[in-house]
Parts: sequence; structure tokens; C-alpha cells
Amino acid sequence: MSIFVDNNTRLLVQGITGKEGQFHTQQCVAYGTNVVAGVTPGKGGQKMDDIPVFNTVKQAVAQTGANCSMIFVPPAFAADAIMEATDAGVDIIVAITEGIPVMDMIKVKNYMAGAPSRLIGPNCPGIITPGQCKIGIMPGPIHKPGGPVGVVSRSGTLTYEVVHQLTMQGIGQTTCLGIGGDPVNGTDFIDCLDAFEKDPETTGIVMVGEIGGTAEEEASEFITNNVTKPVVGFIAGLTAPPGRRMGHAGAIISGSSGTAQAKIEAMKAGGIHICENLGLFGELCSKVF
Amino acid sequence: MKIHEYQAKELFKKYNIPVPDGGVAFNFDEAKKIAENLGQFPVVVKAQIHAGGRGKGGGVKLAGSIDEVTGIAGEIIGMNLVTHQTGPEGKRVKKVLVEQGLNIAKELYLSIIPDRATAKIVIMVSEAGGMDIEAVAAETPEKIIKVFIDPLVAIQPYHCREVAFGLNLSSSVMRPFVSMLASLYRLFIDYDCALVEINPLVITAEDVVIALDAKVDFDDNALYRHKDIIEYRDIDEEDPLEVEASKFHLNYIKLDGNVGNMVNGAGLAMATMDIIKLAGAEPANFLDVGGGASAEMVENGFRIMLGDKNVKGILINIFGGILRCDVLAEGVVQAAEKTGITVPVVIRMEGTNVEQGRKILAESGLNLTIAADMKDAAQKVAQLVVG
Repeated sequence: MSIFVDNNTRLLVQGITGKEGQFHTQQCVAYGTNVVAGVTPGKGGQKMDDIPVFNTVKQAVAQTGANCSMIFVPPAFAADAIMEATDAGVDIIVAITEGIPVMDMIKVKNYMAGAPSRLIGPNCPGIITPGQCKIGIMPGPIHKPGGPVGVVSRSGTLTYEVVHQLTMQGIGQTTCLGIGGDPVNGTDFIDCLDAFEKDPETTGIVMVGEIGGTAEEEASEFITNNVTKPVVGFIAGLTAPPGRRMGHAGAIISGSSGTAQAKIEAMKAGGIHICENLGLFGELCSKVF
Repeated sequence: MKIHEYQAKELFKKYNIPVPDGGVAFNFDEAKKIAENLGQFPVVVKAQIHAGGRGKGGGVKLAGSIDEVTGIAGEIIGMNLVTHQTGPEGKRVKKVLVEQGLNIAKELYLSIIPDRATAKIVIMVSEAGGMDIEAVAAETPEKIIKVFIDPLVAIQPYHCREVAFGLNLSSSVMRPFVSMLASLYRLFIDYDCALVEINPLVITAEDVVIALDAKVDFDDNALYRHKDIIEYRDIDEEDPLEVEASKFHLNYIKLDGNVGNMVNGAGLAMATMDIIKLAGAEPANFLDVGGGASAEMVENGFRIMLGDKNVKGILINIFGGILRCDVLAEGVVQAAEKTGITVPVVIRMEGTNVEQGRKILAESGLNLTIAADMKDAAQKVAQLVVG
């Protein structure tokens, strides 16, 4: 089992003919993902490799039965692309794009309230169910199929680091996903924790957070009340100065809010096993899981 | 992006949000002329830097005569202003805002921000104006009123009423206050602001609503659609190395330590800084060269890190996924040869083709230390700089 995506996922790629879109689509296909369609307005009727390209998401969904979209559209047009996919009834929308204006995401989030679609990201590496499908830009080979650990993170390469250490310890993964480094995003920690808790094949959870906002604090409270499986956590940014945006738009300590210290304390209080030294992450996991 | 108070007030004027009369001066002569034009005393002379707490630091002063204006302006321009937001090194003041003094009856707090948790726009007000709002929020949260606005519906009259009645405004200022609030919301939306803050917003003895202070920050991701705002950027307020890095689209933030570090990806970069500290050293910077670092970016990264004279050692931590380690290693070797590295460099790389990558580094003839994993890397670099 897995969460959100598996071998029944039929992927369409918005922005498939762009440089990034094309390259990563090929990588996903090589991993075994079933890519059924692409969308680039004005290029309908063409093909990218053997994948048919459509002008609109609605056309792509109607003709191919796509149920998941991966978005590589540039930031200025990404909000529009997410809403188009939502309007077309796509189940899972994975937005890789980095640099979307906050106000655009606030509109998207309010627009999607009540819609059945789930947004993952933006500004994220995507989601992978090892051995079944990869939707995103993460390197496939570092993952180990078969579970039993689920991984959720706000980061990209930091997620790869954590997954790599799990794999080196012989610990496989059910599903790994990045929920994105932006201040306003779709799926949050709680959505993923809830899904992992309900997934019978996931027996442990890894949660990787960073400075900024209060998502980790809220997740800790959720874990206390709703999660029975062991959780290992890591927070990046103990040495980050306040008031500075640390690469990710959402990674900023505002006044006294959003510090790594506060998050670590909340997570410890929630019964999460905190990894203090990233170099020992794998070892800690092998003890806990 | 941050701008100065005088620039924020220029924007306010465009939206008919009342601000005190005045102007910006770069020397005491200009300050004198502005004061003469105002034709009344007292006037206020305010240092213009990108940091709060200017009053407490001695950067805001009242002048009762032309002589005092020139004296105070001459004193503030050129001073090194230290506030709780500038850090101990302070900031050099290059300009002052000279403004009419007001007959203050009431000081309020007003801000508009995007709320990340609810994805709404929040208007936050308080009768405890002129004070540090974080302290008010911590000690007397009941004194803060928050109104959440759905961006798809925008600000409605009832939002304004909720705010105005919450502030116990008298009926005579209700109308100008509501019109000011609606204009401020429009400015916030029109310019993709990250923050609009007026602290204090003043009601004068003559019942005039007026923004005594003005702070506006913009969402960097949205600057592409606000070309007029980019002209407000003040390079003098930024670290020169950070300005240089931004030319090459590198995410670089200068810190106080002596271990330079270059990492691909923001989360891993923060975690690398943390592990350097854990190993007993201090990071000199945050530097994210992006998920798919190119050889050119690595080269620019080296140059910028070496521009910081405190750097005694460098740690490179790259998780090569899509970017292959052999390609990266070649980039590092080229960059190291071109920039003439003078400090020890520890490299940790992981991911696709890592063996070939390590071989290229080992055979380069350069003074590079190769680390097995993150923990090893941090310890090695800490030993090199701490001894």
C-alpha cells in the first residue's frame, strides 16, 4: 500500500514541452510511471516522445483518463495551471514550480476549498511510491520499495538525504513526499500523517520540517491525539538568523515565531523521536522502527 | 523586499492615505530647506534605514527651530545606528525624513499580512499603538483585534466596521478611518505586499487620521509584476556579498562564523549549517546553489564565500540526484582552479555516480578533503578551522 499515488496513477504533465517538463517526464517514465498525457496550450495534437499533448487539461482528462497532474509551468502562470487542473477534476495535483507569488497561492487555496482535488506543493520535489510510480524531480534509485516507513518533508534535497540514510539502513519506504517550502501550500503535514496512520503497510513515519510558520507545532498536536505509529522528526534551521528568508519562501523566523527550537520542543512534547544530528538520522531510525 | 519609510509614504500618498507633510534629505542643507518649507515647528527628523527600533537607538529626534533641524540632521546622517534589529554592528544612516510634528491625541497599531495557516489576509489592529506589537501580543493578546479576509471576496464594509468599533473610534473619525483602511487593503493587494504596517497610526487632536510611520515589505516572488517597486530597492541597505550573489541567482546570506558552506537545496543547506555548529564550529553563511547546481554556479559560489575574509575553511555538501556527482566534481575542480582556493575545502557528495565523482576529486591534485557522510564532513571541517 501507499498514500495518494500508486500503480493505478495515470499521470498528465502540465508544461510537458518545456525543458524541465520534458526532462523530468522522461525520468518519470523511466522509473515506471504511467504518463498518459501532456498539456501545453497551443501544442495540442503534437507528441512528446510517445505521449499525446493536449491544449487543455479538460481535453487531456476526457481522452486519457488522467487522474494526477504534475505541474512544471513557470511561476507567473502556475496558479492558473493549478486551478485549471482542479476545474478538470484531477484527483492529485503535484506542483513542482518554485517562486509562485504568495497572493496567487492564497487565491488558489481559497479556490480549491471544497473541491475534491488534492494539491501537493508547490515548490516541492513531488511524491514517490517506490517501485510503483515517481511524480516529481527526486532521484529514483535512492529509494527502497516495500515500506514500512512513510516520509513527509518541507524540503527537497534534505528529503533525499533522509531517504538515502533510511535506504542505507535497509529501511524501505511506502511513500515519500515533499509538501513544499512555500508559506502557503496545499497538502500539509497533518493530511500526510493522517494518511500514513490509515495506511496498513506504513508502520513508522518520518517528518522533516524547517523554520517558519507553525505547521510542525500543529502536526505535533495532531500526532499526540491521532497517531499511534512511531514518528521520527528532524527540523532544519537551528542556526538560521531571524528575519531572513532562508532559500525557501516559507523558511523565515518572524519575530519570535517559527524558530527551530520551538518546533523541536513541540515535537518532543508530542512524543516524536527528535533527531538532533542529521548525520545520525539513519541510525536513530533503525533503533525506532 | 524592504523599502524605506519615506518610500512607503510615497506609495501611501498615491492611495490617498494621509501622511505628515515632509520630505527626504541626504544632507543637513536639504533638511534645512524641507523644514523651511514646512514653516512650522516642531519638526521630526527620522533616520531612514531598513530596521525598526530607530527611536530607541537615537535615530528619531524632535527639532524646535531651523538651527536644531540642521544640527540634528547633521548628527543623524552619517551616524552608525544600532537597534535591536540591526545587530551590534549597526547601520550607517545615509538619509533622513524631515516631517511636520503632529498634535497626537491617540496612537493606534494597524497592519495587514497574509496569514499562512488560514490562507486569508489578516488585518490586525490595536489601541496599544506605538509599542512593540510582539510584546503586546505576548502580554495582552486581548488588546489585539484580528479580522480575516477572503481574498476572493476582498474587504467588505463589515470588516471595516469590526475594526473601527473594535478600536473605539469616535464617530467623527469613523468615515476617514474606514476610507483609509479600504485604500490600504487595495495597496496591499495591488502590490503583492508581504506586510503593510502603520505603527503608530495617529488620531490628532483635530480628529485627523494620519500615518505617522509606514512600513511596507513586498513578496520577492511577485516583484516581476511590479517593475516600479524594483526602483525602490536600496543596495546600500544590503550586504555587498549578498548583492553580488543575487546577480548570479544564488541564495546567499552572510553570517558571523568562519566555516563557509555551499549546498544544493535550502533545507539541506540549513541542516548543513546546523551540523557545522554541532561539530563545534560556526557557519559563515547560508548558500544554496539550487537543486541542480551547475559548474558555473559552483564557481560563483566559491568566489562569494572567499570574499568573506572570516572564512577559514569551506564545506561543500551536495546531494546529487538528477545532477550527477561526476559532473559536479568536474565543476568543483574547475572552479577551484579558477578561483585559486586559499583555505582548506572538505567535500561531501552523495548520489548518482558518486564513485566516479570522488575519483575525479581525489586525482585533481587539489588540496581537497573528501568526507564519507555529513557527520564526517562537519567534523573534518571543524577540526581544520578550530584545530
